[in-house]
Amino acid sequence: MSIELKNVTYTYSPGTSYEIHALKDINLMIPDGQFIGVIGHTGSGKSTLIQHLNALIQPTSGTILYNGEDIWAEKYNRKALRSEVGLVFQYPEHQLFESDVLSDVCFGPMNQGLTREEAEVEARKALQQVGFKEKNYGKSPFELSGGQKKRVAIAGVLAMNPKILILDEPTAGLDPKGRDDILDQIAELHKLRGITIILVSHSMEDIAKYVERLIVMNQGEAVFDDTPKAVFAHYQELEFMGLAAPQITYIMHALKEHGLPVDEEATTVEEARGSILSALKEMHSPLFHEEVTGGQENA
Amino acid sequence: MGIIKAFKLGFDYLKYDEDGNVQDTQRAVDDVNLDIEAGEFVAILGHNGSGKSTLAKHLNALLLPSEGTLWIDGTATDEEPELWKLRQKAGMVFQNPDNQIIGTVVEEDVGFGPENMGVPTEKIWKRVDESLQKVGMTAYRHHSPNKLSGGQKQRVAIAGIMAMRPKCIVLDEPTAMLDPNGRREVLKAVRELNQQENVTVILITHYMEEVIHADKVYVMDEGKIVMQGTPKEIFSQVDTLKKYRLDVPQVTLLAHELRKSGVDIPEGILTTEELVSALCR
Repeated sequence: MSIELKNVTYTYSPGTSYEIHALKDINLMIPDGQFIGVIGHTGSGKSTLIQHLNALIQPTSGTILYNGEDIWAEKYNRKALRSEVGLVFQYPEHQLFESDVLSDVCFGPMNQGLTREEAEVEARKALQQVGFKEKNYGKSPFELSGGQKKRVAIAGVLAMNPKILILDEPTAGLDPKGRDDILDQIAELHKLRGITIILVSHSMEDIAKYVERLIVMNQGEAVFDDTPKAVFAHYQELEFMGLAAPQITYIMHALKEHGLPVDEEATTVEEARGSILSALKEMHSPLFHEEVTGGQENA
Repeated sequence: MGIIKAFKLGFDYLKYDEDGNVQDTQRAVDDVNLDIEAGEFVAILGHNGSGKSTLAKHLNALLLPSEGTLWIDGTATDEEPELWKLRQKAGMVFQNPDNQIIGTVVEEDVGFGPENMGVPTEKIWKRVDESLQKVGMTAYRHHSPNKLSGGQKQRVAIAGIMAMRPKCIVLDEPTAMLDPNGRREVLKAVRELNQQENVTVILITHYMEEVIHADKVYVMDEGKIVMQGTPKEIFSQVDTLKKYRLDVPQVTLLAHELRKSGVDIPEGILTTEELVSALCR
């Protein structure tokens, strides 16, 4: 279920004075089952890029292949493509419209040709997988909290059984617990269903914690495409692009500068903790006594 | 009395049936007492649905209390017949930059507030100049707002409030929709207004790193204020914050984890510099 972008270029309002080159010669290979992060400042081309992946917009030039087939070929079934590549927009709660939660989630699969009964099976499965409680199935989507609405919207896309799930800042405006819950659920889905996840985010901390591959967009180009660790090592260049590295990256660099031999590549709290503890041990720091051996320092 | 004071403030959202009778009430703000001094930088934290935004809407009289009293600069909001006078004293900036810009040119948008207040034209322009300068947007004064980035739009929105010369500015998650750079720009502008112009700032946010410079932090849960103190006092209580669905800045969490593993450093570390000096003594 791979997607391949070859020399994709997209220009808004070509030939007018408002002409903007939103994507410039993008080449990407998105194989099966990866968890990919996309970052970039506002206007960097991230949203334009993801809208190409399920044929919401047509490239000005270049080709997009889904499983080796050109999705803009004359007889290509783009409707089928859109149910395989699910897209959850930023502020997914704006996508809800039905009178109750279950019907809202059933809308997608029914559109794919399932009966209401068949659709409900898919809908219940999807709602359960995003951690939405059954007692709330009958509620109006508008009675729900922000976090619940987002779950319902994600379930609405999941119920169509997409092979690839794209989420455009799914956690904007959520409280920290809600943010962690949703992302944990998405990571769980990635494991459970083995689907490809493409996560667009402004939170470098979340990116560092969850994704295995990170694409950085800047001025319409994919400037980095590597593991998060390798990308965040370029934190100064990222800042120049209006981005940043996770706070941990800055802490580790500062500690190293001050003589503590830590691993600068650590990007999560867990990694940083391990690295700092072993550095303190190595330095025989009086700040740290290991409980088991207790008082082994010989300064 | 401070610039904003609340005494036993309570607010109920009412749900009506088809005949217009009250069917259900939901308490959103419950027994809140606040006393915010002029010139303070106050942050309010709380999970989604904890009552932060409902409280914020009382601070410039968009909502009036169901119970108790809220005073803005000494005037009780439910006793002032001309609410717009209060709203000039306490301006509000919302989450979505696209929902609060109305002008077709940046400088016109900023001038809308004072024009509405009946400020004479030449004085309006003076205020527009000053406000744009305060948020660092002078270079964009002739631009169309819809060509700006999110952070720039939010700064224009803040300038629009500043042009009304409020004593207090309430920001309800102003950075939720912005990229890291936009977030930095907006926070810098807000801190400068607080420090240089002595405007009282009340910042509501889900980003814990944004409140470390506040004078005081309030934490809300189920409509009540459940914690209050300096950022250091609040963020020392990592486990209590987690109970309220909140978090601490990553550096504070890291320091907390290191302490738990037996490293001898103080609780409540808020910045990278503090951690570095604690570890590299």
